[in-house]
Amino acid sequence: MANHTTNQQERRDSSAGSVAGVIDKAPASSPNTADSQSDQSITVLNEDRDTLKNLFHQMLLIRRFEEKCAESYNLGKIGGFCHLYIGQEAVGVGAISAIRKDDYVVTSYREHGQAIAKGIPPEAVMAELYGKADGCSHGKGGSMHLFDASVNFLGGHAIVGGQIPLGTGLAFASKYKETDRVTLCFFGEAAVNQGAFHESLNMAQLWKLPCIYICENNMYGMGTSLERAMSLQDVAQKACAYEIASEFVDGMDVLAMRQATLRAVKRAREKSLPTLIEARTYRYMGHSMSDPGKYRTRAEIEKYQERDPIKIFRAALQENDILTDQDISELEAQVKERVEQAVKFAEESPEPDPNELYTDVYANP
Amino acid sequence: MAVLTMRDALNTALREELARDPDVFLMGEEVAEYQGAYKVTRGLLDEFGPKRIIDTPITELGFAGLGVGAAMAGLRPIIEFMTFNFSILATDQIINSAAKMLYMSGGQFKIPIVFRGPGGSAYQVSSQHSQALESWYAYFPGLKVVMPSTPADAKGLLKSAIRDDNPVIFIEQERMYGMKGEVPDDDNFVIPLGVAEVKREGTDATIVARSLMVPLALKAAEELDKDGVSCEVIDPRTIRPLDIDAIVGSVKKTSRVVIAEESHPFCGVGAEISAEINERAFDYLDAPVKRVSGADVPMPYAKNLENLALPGVEQIVAAVREVSYLD
Repeated sequence: MANHTTNQQERRDSSAGSVAGVIDKAPASSPNTADSQSDQSITVLNEDRDTLKNLFHQMLLIRRFEEKCAESYNLGKIGGFCHLYIGQEAVGVGAISAIRKDDYVVTSYREHGQAIAKGIPPEAVMAELYGKADGCSHGKGGSMHLFDASVNFLGGHAIVGGQIPLGTGLAFASKYKETDRVTLCFFGEAAVNQGAFHESLNMAQLWKLPCIYICENNMYGMGTSLERAMSLQDVAQKACAYEIASEFVDGMDVLAMRQATLRAVKRAREKSLPTLIEARTYRYMGHSMSDPGKYRTRAEIEKYQERDPIKIFRAALQENDILTDQDISELEAQVKERVEQAVKFAEESPEPDPNELYTDVYANP
Repeated sequence: MAVLTMRDALNTALREELARDPDVFLMGEEVAEYQGAYKVTRGLLDEFGPKRIIDTPITELGFAGLGVGAAMAGLRPIIEFMTFNFSILATDQIINSAAKMLYMSGGQFKIPIVFRGPGGSAYQVSSQHSQALESWYAYFPGLKVVMPSTPADAKGLLKSAIRDDNPVIFIEQERMYGMKGEVPDDDNFVIPLGVAEVKREGTDATIVARSLMVPLALKAAEELDKDGVSCEVIDPRTIRPLDIDAIVGSVKKTSRVVIAEESHPFCGVGAEISAEINERAFDYLDAPVKRVSGADVPMPYAKNLENLALPGVEQIVAAVREVSYLD
């Protein structure tokens, strides 16, 4: 059982969830105390250069992809609801870097970034957002329902908390089939107030299921702050109620996310045990593109942006001579081109054939 | 052919399908050690072990969703609701996950799952434990809904439901578990979903009945026969997909139709069947389509009130006489 402290503040202040020898952070580990930090650097050790570069590349790709989504949405190219991942990239990228291709990911509707991190080509994601036939869900799911069986990305799900029992079931299947495949199940902190969360954690520990529950605590359920919605705001501590191992992680630190997930994956693969990870993070954009954001101040957003996950990781990589300025410019250009390519692909992909309206309702008549 | 109760016919179907396919597992409240609240799962734990016959906590949303997730990964779960009344807690997973997964994933994730258990009216258990929910589930494209009315149908349809690659809602009538009938022994005896059966042939009026209403309709037909009215009783057996062609075919033959159901009339399955008949066979009708439904009230406890809330043989007879202009 990891980190079962009862004092929420004590845990945050003692940097629990950070990895000794891998990351050495500023005094406080929680982004909600970022204003008290004088040193916002992270130190990079014990990871190979390719891994580090790849993590940075993915975060940058997702950031630029999401910025392009906002642009396309405002041009009317993307319809419906569109929930962007900007600010939270370290959580999905760090966690997904810790699993294999045959492991499962199931998540919420804020999933473009996780879909790309799991291996869905940005082209197929953008085409889905454009409602095109070459989208990863063939234009039937849209922004909130990205799926790709070939990379074991089992969906964006759009009822808050609905994916938590599904992830539990994926883990159940791994155990039933006696494979060592693990499941990462992502959800926001608002989902923790749903019964689905509690019912799932209870079953997962009762039946020892290899599911890793990752709560992306971005502090707001739509426009309602954590303080207004949750009696016990320490999400990780809720694992105690089910005797599940838990960790509190700085979700702005991609390596902390990776290392915490690696530990949970080991527990899941080797001992078939679940873990709850609470990743403190922050979304810079609105809940969805239609959110005017009246419930928080510009100053608050800027405070969190000081510990922007891409900014602090870039600084660490430069300090450790992993990336030069030139490498970064090259990566920026590469990412820009890939996003342009995704848009071009989406623009050129045909709309779904009208006959597709009535396909995929039943697997057999 | 063996004579079995509905309960044992269902038990046989479960046993045969569990033996046939190792990816099939059964999960629900009291299904294993307690042997099933209604004993439908009796003996299965001993035969198949705790890995495949799984007692759950009282956590319907949780284990329904767990089943859907397991189905996404290729298993074929059978999720038992102790009664369908409790499935109401799980509707988010049944409707938003199971019914829509194949479609919203662009055909990538089929959900071969059966949600089964007793439904409809029971004996004096009042409003929350005595209700018919088939019209809820039948409303949603992506779900199939099955309601057997005989032990043989129960066996053949449940086996088909378990082998089907779609989510199937399988509603067993709580009052019918003890009903006996001949059941084929063949462990490959299956009845295709979506095929109605004429339970009694007739020429003067059609009675469309499902589940508990089928035996009542057959009794009504016998009584009407004494008055010289020959009734055809047709049981759709599957509510979705609905074998409307068979129903319309019968109506074209008899020109009069009564739809008997124990559910509420408003937005019910009978209303849908009536609309279909009006669209497809209006010119063949010699009288308006007539429904006999449960009272449009929550189920009361008192025995006399409960009897008043449910349609019986008398009401079906009266309805057929009405559409036949006999009174």
